[in-house]
Amino acid sequence: MIDVVLDVISWVLLALGGACVLIGGIGGLRLPNFYTRIHAASLTDTMATLLIFTGMMLQSGFSLPTMKLFAIMLFLLLTGPTATYALANAALLSGMKPDSGVERDRGASGGVQ
Amino acid sequence: MKLLDLLGYYNYWVFAVVLMVGLYAVISKNNLIKKLIGLSIFQSAVFLLYITMDKVEGGTAPIIQAGVENQIFSNPLPQVLILTAIVVGVSTLALGLAIVVRIREAYGTIEEHEILGAD
Amino acid sequence: MIYVFALFLLTLLVITAVAIVRTTNLFVAVMLTSIFSLLMAANFFILDAADVALTEAAVGAGVTTVIFLSALALAGDVEQPRLGSRLLPLGTVGVLAVLIIYATFDKPRLGDPDAPVHQHVAPWYLEKTPEYMDIPNVVTAVLSSFRGYDTLGEVFVVFAACIGVLFILGVRPPGPAAELPAEPSGLRHHLIPQVVGRLLVPFIVLFGLYVQFHGEYGPGGGFQAGAIIATGVILYALLEGEAEALRAVPRSVLLGLVVGGALLFGAVGVVCMLMGGAFLDYSVLAADPVFGQQMGIIVIEAGVGMAVCGALLSIFHAFAAREGRP
Repeated sequence: MIDVVLDVISWVLLALGGACVLIGGIGGLRLPNFYTRIHAASLTDTMATLLIFTGMMLQSGFSLPTMKLFAIMLFLLLTGPTATYALANAALLSGMKPDSGVERDRGASGGVQ
Repeated sequence: MKLLDLLGYYNYWVFAVVLMVGLYAVISKNNLIKKLIGLSIFQSAVFLLYITMDKVEGGTAPIIQAGVENQIFSNPLPQVLILTAIVVGVSTLALGLAIVVRIREAYGTIEEHEILGAD
Repeated sequence: MIYVFALFLLTLLVITAVAIVRTTNLFVAVMLTSIFSLLMAANFFILDAADVALTEAAVGAGVTTVIFLSALALAGDVEQPRLGSRLLPLGTVGVLAVLIIYATFDKPRLGDPDAPVHQHVAPWYLEKTPEYMDIPNVVTAVLSSFRGYDTLGEVFVVFAACIGVLFILGVRPPGPAAELPAEPSGLRHHLIPQVVGRLLVPFIVLFGLYVQFHGEYGPGGGFQAGAIIATGVILYALLEGEAEALRAVPRSVLLGLVVGGALLFGAVGVVCMLMGGAFLDYSVLAADPVFGQQMGIIVIEAGVGMAVCGALLSIFHAFAAREGRP
């Protein structure tokens, strides 16, 4: 019984995490300018990491892989937001102004010029 | 089974296409750094070919686990060759980039046609 | 299921490769190269090559990107649009691609156990590793003992490439301006990356040491460990500035690691000869041949790790020091 419950919970978490990745990906492609896109992309760093790794830890039960997954999750939770911050900070320093949320910037039409 | 067959050829096709994308960058781009990037793509495609050949159906990474009988292992030999080739690849790439940096200092450009024009 | 994932990854690989070639901004190209390497590592993992995936992730996505970026800082990052027709190169690679794809239909399918590759020495390696070395990771066994000559050669290629880079770029910027800049470089003024980075560096180095000494039992070994430790020190250099990193790990130590690692590898071979065996035949190193093999493998893996770590860091510092020059 408890196994079934854990399984269901873990799959719900995994599905939610997948949805977060998908939303982050769509946002990264569709949102108009750099700061809004980075906001969407940071969703995959934090929310999706948390949900997917919790789901996977429930799948693997109490074992060595669980500890490894936990360590990887901590690592990603530390580095992801830091990378997002560094990216936004670099953009700010190079003169990109976060003044409006609707104006399109140069790179918005596609990743490759 | 059927899907695995399809993927078997798909790996080789990806190898062919990526190899040729790398070759295209090497022969058609003028920028020397772009040529080196193309060369490293070319190299990665060769790695993919070797690693594709090491896979054995139903196999696992060649790390023997105590107490598990009749395990199928993938071929360790291509893995060894590529493992060392990756590290050698980055060292030789760095050598190429060092030469590019010196060319830039001597000629002020890294575009091939401008270098040939300056000579 | 995993094969569907592999199809997806392989398709992404092709798309990334095309995007790398199409973009004219070299920074974008280098960043995409990093993604390309990461995708490649995932593919290697699906194809059962855990050791290779670890190497590709550490070297391809980490060290290569940093070296490319430091070269871009010196050589400019904009590619001029190509003049003239693209038809000839496109036609050439198109025809070649079709020819290669045609040729692949003669190849054995993926995972075919009867493929010629799996018939010759590979089963012998898998069978004899427990008997001769008694270590679980066959890749490490083949790398350091069965094909020790190969690895020795590769280590000396890395060594030679490192010496070559140092010769071309100069060990140290010449002239009176060789004083290190008083203004600290790096991410000194960016609090968050610095705090997080400082927190991570020791763990990265620790993980590198784990990979080094656990290489006989799990995926890992000298090549991966050298690259991972080098990444940790490069991260330190990016955070604190190059001068600070050189204070922590001076150039003399780096050169000592490169030369010492390569020599250690060669010396083990010579010691084997002096003790009555063949070159790089570790069985004679101890009374028990299996223990001798294990000892030899650990020592030469340490040599490989030292040489690779030292070489990659020397190369990084050679590029970084060049930047300070007018």
